[in-house]
Amino acid sequence: MEITAKSTDRNLLLQFSGELDHHAARDTIREVELAIDAALPRNLVLDMEGVTFMDSSGIAVILRAHRRMQHLNGSMMVCHVPRQAKRVLDAAGVGRLVRIQ
Amino acid sequence: MKQKISNYITLEFLSRSTNEGFARTAVACFAAQMDPTLNELEDIKTAVSEAVTNAIVHAYPVSLGKVTVKAAVCEGNLLEITVKDRGRGIPDIDKARQPMYTTGGEERSGMGFTIMESFMDRVSVRSVLGKGTTVVMRKKLAARRSAVK
Repeated sequence: MEITAKSTDRNLLLQFSGELDHHAARDTIREVELAIDAALPRNLVLDMEGVTFMDSSGIAVILRAHRRMQHLNGSMMVCHVPRQAKRVLDAAGVGRLVRIQ
Repeated sequence: MKQKISNYITLEFLSRSTNEGFARTAVACFAAQMDPTLNELEDIKTAVSEAVTNAIVHAYPVSLGKVTVKAAVCEGNLLEITVKDRGRGIPDIDKARQPMYTTGGEERSGMGFTIMESFMDRVSVRSVLGKGTTVVMRKKLAARRSAVK
């Protein structure tokens, strides 16, 4: 899993690419939290376009980022979710907690 | 219900998380002979990933152990996947299957069984404390052509 961070005017964009499973989850969570803490964004966008596989480990990553943004009183959105990852998010009802576009 | 098996594979590996990708890809490659749709292949990969991750995270929390995955082509274009460990076992299976329940720490979501149940037709769990856990998942694939003889 690779993450590219782009930050402007307290808007943080994190672009994910690769497989997001339990093997990748711990490092991914750490990187996401470090990026949020460095940028202290008002708006966070997680761009999932490059995710080639995701299981429920991806849900944990998204929910951790969501919680971090709540502490910062910021907003968060998940976008460009590929079909397989979207079905995982839908099965878990993540859309009730997090904005998915 | 015992199904008539026309082909199967068995994989055995150490409970290292790096093997999660290997296990789901290997099972998907095996299932390819059943001429699955792309959606079905993704469902299979996702469910295997969840079951194998559970074995790696929960069966052997402080040590490494053996995980066995069996995939079988059964009569009626049915795929049966068995993920078995000889780890510590699940004290309360009903609780473990509840959405959002996890003992796996902050990098787990507690949605593993929920995903397995929604991506496969049937999921059954047998577990004996101190002896291990066996998860059997079944999925009937759309018969686009006859399966391998």
